Amino acid sequence: MEIVYVYTKKRSEFGRQCNFSDRPAELHVDILPDPSQMDNYIERNPCDTPTQCAQEMSEHEVNTERFQTETRGINHVEGGWPKDINPQEMEQTIRYRKKVEKDENYINTVLQLGSLMEHCIKQNTAIDIYQQYFEEEEASEVAEEQPSAKTINVFRDPNEIKRTATGLSWHPDGAKKLAVAYSSLEFQRATKDMSFDSYIWDIENPDKPEMTLKPVSLLVCLEYNPKDSHVLIGGCYNGQIAYWDTRKGSQPVEMSTVEHSHRDPVYKVIWLQSKTGTDYFSASTDGHVLWWDIRKMSEPTERLILDPSRKGNLDNALGAISLEFETTMPTKFMVGTEQGQVVSCNRKAKTPAEKIVCTYSGHHGPIYALQRNPFFPKNFLTVADWTARIWSEEIKESSIMWTKYHMTYLTDGCWSPVRPAVFFTTRMDGTLDVWDLLFKQNDPTLSLKVCDESLYSLRVQDNGRFLACGSQLGTTTLLEISPGLCTLQRNEKALATAMFERETKREKILEARHREMRLKERSRSEQSKEEEAKDVDTEESSEDLVARAEKEFFEVVEFELKKREREEEKSQSKADSEKEVSEEKEAQDLS
Amino acid sequence: MEAEVEETLKRIQSQKGVQGIIVVNAEGIPIKTTLDNSTTVQYAAQIHQLVLKARSTVRDMDPQNDLTFLRLRCKKNEIMVAPDKEYFLIVIQNPTD
Repeated sequence: MEIVYVYTKKRSEFGRQCNFSDRPAELHVDILPDPSQMDNYIERNPCDTPTQCAQEMSEHEVNTERFQTETRGINHVEGGWPKDINPQEMEQTIRYRKKVEKDENYINTVLQLGSLMEHCIKQNTAIDIYQQYFEEEEASEVAEEQPSAKTINVFRDPNEIKRTATGLSWHPDGAKKLAVAYSSLEFQRATKDMSFDSYIWDIENPDKPEMTLKPVSLLVCLEYNPKDSHVLIGGCYNGQIAYWDTRKGSQPVEMSTVEHSHRDPVYKVIWLQSKTGTDYFSASTDGHVLWWDIRKMSEPTERLILDPSRKGNLDNALGAISLEFETTMPTKFMVGTEQGQVVSCNRKAKTPAEKIVCTYSGHHGPIYALQRNPFFPKNFLTVADWTARIWSEEIKESSIMWTKYHMTYLTDGCWSPVRPAVFFTTRMDGTLDVWDLLFKQNDPTLSLKVCDESLYSLRVQDNGRFLACGSQLGTTTLLEISPGLCTLQRNEKALATAMFERETKREKILEARHREMRLKERSRSEQSKEEEAKDVDTEESSEDLVARAEKEFFEVVEFELKKREREEEKSQSKADSEKEVSEEKEAQDLS
Repeated sequence: MEAEVEETLKRIQSQKGVQGIIVVNAEGIPIKTTLDNSTTVQYAAQIHQLVLKARSTVRDMDPQNDLTFLRLRCKKNEIMVAPDKEYFLIVIQNPTD
């Protein structure tokens, strides 16, 4: 029902001022109640309406700004001397003191205080009220605490465009500083605006980095010189290597020449043990391992092409992604490749062919981390694809221990420097796993979600207590591990030795058996080659086998289908019978 | 009279475990000390402040009360302070020796 009121106005009267006039109310429409409409509605009684009598509140989020703290100290200097006396002048001060000593008040006071003091001193010497009773019992009460790790500090990439923290290195003395290399490892993801800087952080000051390093290209890895804590080398994304001296500023002191450097990003640089402390070597996915001396960066001192066929053929070469060098074994080193193999090499070999000693394969993807166990150098840890594996140098066919296949890639790992059976791994879902092989071998002892993005790098400090891990958005988190995970347990070394030996023995036995089986098969296949008739038979029998397999498969499928039909019928009949029962019940009720 | 003062201080010094004695006046100036200068200056400054704070604490709780002695038991030693209106006597002792 529309209620419409029409009014007209002459065109010539448009735009004129309004002359308001008053008039009484006019009735336009009168709608009377229509009782017949009631039939369209049913009364609902009672009605449920919810009401709420509560205070209206609003939610507000507040986040305070980062609080900048500074640590300062106070230096006490002698003071309080009266104005006319210069505290530096010995004569004046001595004269003043002598004057005070002659004062009667002083004498009386000191005598009185002296006697009071003597009383207390004698008390102390009589009985030591702070003596520790039952000291021996305390030692056995090593609390069985849950292993845990606490985040101490978070260092964020100060640039707008965040880069991944791909390399970490602790300062060699005292580890109060952490050098972090930032780069972008995704192919061609580095934009023009991306800053090339990498930073050195003071671990107590997360607000701004202590020092900036400005290379010519993004730094993929960074290492402090363990002998000289002012020198750092960094491998760049463009294949060059630069070295810095922190006393000389942010620009690199020297860079390797482009012609002689790597052709791919330098994934790892490690300092070597030498008299001069200036040697290091670098590895890259272009298949080369180069040795350099800091004093002469124009050319590498030595080259090695990672060709598994030992011919020095660059086309066959494997790309290197990680390096391993242990100062206790200076002639050997290992290279982890993109193809999933670990190549063990000897530095002192005469010919390049002899340099590559052996390879260990078993991984499906690039080996992101490779490290020997600091307590058992014969065993080393590799982290690649979805697992972490532990190998023994003697067993070349497979690893002796391995973790289960995880849901995400593992990106980095390292041993704990204080406990032989503990190692850490980081994953692409931002989780840090702490594995204690003497406690649990199937699962990590502690699994921590450090951040939401993937973690790319991990470094443990030499005291085993602090851990730094770098993530995809450049956030480096510093964690402290509970003391249970970083103190050597009582017979841990013996247990770990026994465990590694046991696993190595098992693998040796398996290897021997495999070899035997292979020999047997080879001799068998040689025998069968002489009998050609059998060849035809084998062909036919293979076809038969296929037909048989198909028949079996279809039989199984049909059987399952029939079973399902039977079950459906059963449940249907059950439902029917139930329905009947309930209908009967209703009929009874109604009647 | 001054000899008595000397004698008292010597007696205290000869007690078992006593490492040092300092007499400080109300302004924090060390009058007499058996320790080296830098240590003395540090102790004098810090303990002076501590005694004033302790005294004010005690008197705040009860104006009739006053501080008579202050003992600071530390891991390595014990610092004892006998305060007076104008001077303090500070003794550092290691009683377990």
